[in-house]
Amino acid sequence: MIYFDNVSKIYNGGDSIALQNVTFQVAPQEFVSIVGHSGAGKTTLLKMLIAEDFPTDGTVFFESLNVHSIPRGQLPNFRRKIGTVFQDFKLLPHKTAWENVAFAMEANGRTDEEIAENVPQALALVDLSAKILQFPHELSGGEKQRVAIARAIVNQPDIIIADEPTGNLDPIATYEVVQILKKINDLGTTVIMTTHNKGVIDALGRRVITMDEGKIIRDDSEGKYVL
Amino acid sequence: MWTGFKRMVHAGFIGFWRNAYVSLAAVFVMTVTLFVVGSVLLVGQLLNASLVEIRDKVDINVYMVPSAQEEDIVKLQTSLEALPDVREVTYTSREEALTAFQERHKDDELTIQALDELGDNPLGASLAIRAAETSQYEGIANFISDQQINEDPANPLIDRVNYFQNKEAIEKLTAIIGAVERGSYIAMIILVIATVLITLNTVRLAIFTSREEISVMRLVGASNMFIRGPFILQGIVYGIIAGVLTLLVLYPIVLWLGPATEGFFQFNIFSYYIGHFGYLFFVIVGSGIVLGALASILAITRYLRV
Repeated sequence: MIYFDNVSKIYNGGDSIALQNVTFQVAPQEFVSIVGHSGAGKTTLLKMLIAEDFPTDGTVFFESLNVHSIPRGQLPNFRRKIGTVFQDFKLLPHKTAWENVAFAMEANGRTDEEIAENVPQALALVDLSAKILQFPHELSGGEKQRVAIARAIVNQPDIIIADEPTGNLDPIATYEVVQILKKINDLGTTVIMTTHNKGVIDALGRRVITMDEGKIIRDDSEGKYVL
Repeated sequence: MWTGFKRMVHAGFIGFWRNAYVSLAAVFVMTVTLFVVGSVLLVGQLLNASLVEIRDKVDINVYMVPSAQEEDIVKLQTSLEALPDVREVTYTSREEALTAFQERHKDDELTIQALDELGDNPLGASLAIRAAETSQYEGIANFISDQQINEDPANPLIDRVNYFQNKEAIEKLTAIIGAVERGSYIAMIILVIATVLITLNTVRLAIFTSREEISVMRLVGASNMFIRGPFILQGIVYGIIAGVLTLLVLYPIVLWLGPATEGFFQFNIFSYYIGHFGYLFFVIVGSGIVLGALASILAITRYLRV
């Protein structure tokens, strides 16, 4: 489904190497964790996938599509296939949980009927049915991240990309968020997650790609956090 | 499609209110520009009306010697009428000239008495020539001088031509009107540029305030139009408000100037404003919309790499 072919990213004309000859594949419905120290190239890798950043060398394929040859005007359509979750949630502060999720559907040009139907479903999936009218500042960190996940899945993407989704969360909230991501994966969506959290990786028992200095140093199908 | 438009309009108005102070500044600057556009339009009308009025008064009068034969005059009239530049040639016979003279000086005892003393009619017939354009008089005047040179010295026809006295006045007038029009267009262009720049910055500020929202929009795969639409609409709203404001400001001004222009130019600017309100509305509000949309589009393409 996703194929990185010998991808390198070099900043400042060779001074700083973010990615170096990265090659790997992700199959449909896989749950892949990418681990590594800060600056190992995890975030750069994800940015390549959503065409936020361009590789210096190599190609990134999404199904049969070369991600970086997509015309600028077509990028929004491509990004709709990918749901994104971030460490800092990126919720809109002046919108309620419901509106934050509905906003993603509005931006995709979905009808009001679809929004009325899908938003409650997405919020129910992340266990927030009781808090749909709360604003972000009235929610805990874990709840905010669950709203963000609901927003990422509401358009039924093929993949969820989660960049350090548990980075700002306490252990209980971390556990809940990971369980939700697992549930989404069980429902058939591919999940790619980056993390620092050893506990999360060890509890998951799924594929783990370990990166260091822009290179993949380990790729275990039922990996542990080893660094 | 309709849903998308509805959402865009909604977001555009929210953007307008959230940046109320900045919006106000943009609307005011636009109003000043549109006011100038409107004034140029009205002053242009005024100048044109007066120019038409004055041009209508301009003609070449060819005065014949009193002994000139009517058939020769008619011949000259026919040849003049054959010229493409000539719109109209009016023949005034000696008798008509005398009647007009008497009419004009009917309160002037002395002149009438002097005329009676003479017994004979001292006035010659004349031809009044009108051209379609002021610039064409020169050619006509030259044609008449040629006629005058070529005529038989023993049997003269043309006494004098009054073109060359009028010439200077006509040229001066044309030059003044041209200068005023050029000046107002230059002022208009400068203000239009200023408006575009200021609206551009206003929209840029609005973009800056909502940059977080924009990054989230991009994240969830919003189309470029979905992101840009509200900002463009915001610019259009500035334009509409500024246009309506301009028309409101112009109203008391033309109301006040109306009688004065009526007396001076024979053209009532207030009646023009009322009579052509639809046209003025279209031009002024239309310019506002174009200006606002243009500035927004420039700001977005420049500052929003979507």
